[in-house]
Amino acid sequence: MLDFFKGIFTFWDSKVIIMILEGIRDTLYMTLGSTIVGYLLGLPLGIVLYVTSAKGLRPNPFIYRTGDFICNIIRSIPFLILLILLIPFTRLIVGKSYGSTATIVPLVICAAPYIARVVEASLNEVDTGVIEAAKAMGASNLQIIFKVLLVEAKTSLFTGFTITTGLLLGYSAMSGTVGGGGLGDIAVRYGYYRWKTDIMIVTVVLLIVIFQIIQNLGTYASKRIDHRKH
Amino acid sequence: MSEIEIKNLTKIFEIKGHKVTALNDINLSIEKGDIFGIIGMSGAGKSTLVRSINYLEKPTNGTVYIDDVDLSLLSERELRIKRREIGMIFQNFNLLEQKNVLDNICFPLEIAGVKKKEARKRAKELLKTVNLTDKEKAYPSQLSGGQKQRVAIARALASKPNILLCDEATSALDPQTTDSILRLLKEINETLGITIIIITHQMSVVTQVCKNVAIIDNGNLAEVGSVDEIFENPSSDAARELLSGKEITYKPVESLNTKRKIRIVFKENSAYEPVISNMILKFKTPVNILKADTKNVGGKARGEMVLALPEEEGIAEDIIEYLKANGLAVSEISEEI
Ligand SMILES: Nc1ncnc2c1ncn2[C@@H]1O[C@H](COP(=O)(O)OP(=O)(O)OP(=O)(O)O)[C@@H](O)[C@H]1O
Ligand SMILES: [Mg+2]
Repeated sequence: MLDFFKGIFTFWDSKVIIMILEGIRDTLYMTLGSTIVGYLLGLPLGIVLYVTSAKGLRPNPFIYRTGDFICNIIRSIPFLILLILLIPFTRLIVGKSYGSTATIVPLVICAAPYIARVVEASLNEVDTGVIEAAKAMGASNLQIIFKVLLVEAKTSLFTGFTITTGLLLGYSAMSGTVGGGGLGDIAVRYGYYRWKTDIMIVTVVLLIVIFQIIQNLGTYASKRIDHRKH
Repeated sequence: MSEIEIKNLTKIFEIKGHKVTALNDINLSIEKGDIFGIIGMSGAGKSTLVRSINYLEKPTNGTVYIDDVDLSLLSERELRIKRREIGMIFQNFNLLEQKNVLDNICFPLEIAGVKKKEARKRAKELLKTVNLTDKEKAYPSQLSGGQKQRVAIARALASKPNILLCDEATSALDPQTTDSILRLLKEINETLGITIIIITHQMSVVTQVCKNVAIIDNGNLAEVGSVDEIFENPSSDAARELLSGKEITYKPVESLNTKRKIRIVFKENSAYEPVISNMILKFKTPVNILKADTKNVGGKARGEMVLALPEEEGIAEDIIEYLKANGLAVSEISEEI
């Protein structure tokens, strides 16, 4: 075992190490970038779905059904196929279809409807009695959204955020198969095409470690901000 | 005009083409400073009625006037401002779980755009009113039911309302806590002059604090009047049913229920006179006491008794006459006890 690791470090030159470090950087960039941009689209979309649903603050069957339909369509396409389908669109937006910035485009398109659903589910968990109380106090719909719903649902929203980040970490690695960059890309190029098992193992371990860190940080933080249980 | 005028209020819910008349042509006037009870069985339409008073529920027909303002003529914005004059508390308290006690009480003020410092000052005063000064930093999950309702009351009072609506505010509480919340509501009514409307399905809540009461039966207004009057002389079946305390059910002995039954109410003085024993001595016939209870009606002790009369018609009539002559309110009842 020790020999194996010694072997890795003597065998690996600094080029490989730099490549792996860059892989970590690119993976984090894609994961966090797509999560953040995904939320910029998905959070408002989730709020719209909640507000316009039959039991929402301002029911609107047309808007709800349209949003619902789009979300379901995109979510039913497997990510790898979406990745390929979106190549022309990606090229249009970032100018090329490979590399980590380009990968963020399909990741966001894949994540936004997913995030919208997660947000809608979190908001649905808020007790309708509390919303009723806010209405009785004279709160407007906007006040209810920003001061009641998003605040009362914050723990659940945060848990959703953590899960989404983990999911996008996995998808970003998957995009390595079509030249997406990051650790997934390294694993595919070295492990699959060149049979460098040691490099593949290291990248997989790194992916696992990053995933664990995200998940544990998320769980810890959502417990810290929750005031419901003491 | 009274402070609250409910005019020809009808509310019909439509679920998948199926119509439910929750309220049918209700007319009610509630005076400033009153503690007004609205009582009825489950599904009678009480919540719908109280939600119409702050227009959370828009009537199908009719309208509500608050201080001579017709709520049906207000825009959404005007309505929201009007609602600040009407506090509301609920069975499940409906506190913001992620905010502490102080921030919960500040919340209606935050919505109204009051400065944070000012809001906190007012919230602290209110904590004194509801007797919870030591809990300002606690979160709702750390409070008991009674404490949560106190916070909810403080929150409802924050925007200095003229009216406080209570929808089953004590239904989730044990009897002792219920008493303390009812006492607090009475105190608020007396010291701040706030009109309080109490929705309940428990007669004991009404008799304990309300001055006037409306009885809602299946969406209709069955009876309205002073609690005294209705307690003594219920004229509707719904009132009698609620008074007979159906919520405490126990199986009557079969034979007792075949006889004529009367409900008598002892007024202040007569409660201490041995009317019943004198009556038994006079008529030399035994009567069965099916139920006996004393209640605190508006601060006065009231006794209530249900008797099964003897089979012989003549004696039964004589007994009724005798009891009436002794100043008791007597009404014949047909419900099972
Ligand atoms: N939003 C709604 N949609 C459809 N029907 C409703 C709605 N709200 C109330 N109802 C119906 O109106 C009737 C009166 O309901 P309401 O909640 O006012 O009764 P309640 O007297 O408050 O009963 P409870 O004591 O159980 O709270 C019921 O038949 C109920 O099913
Ligand atoms: Mg109700």
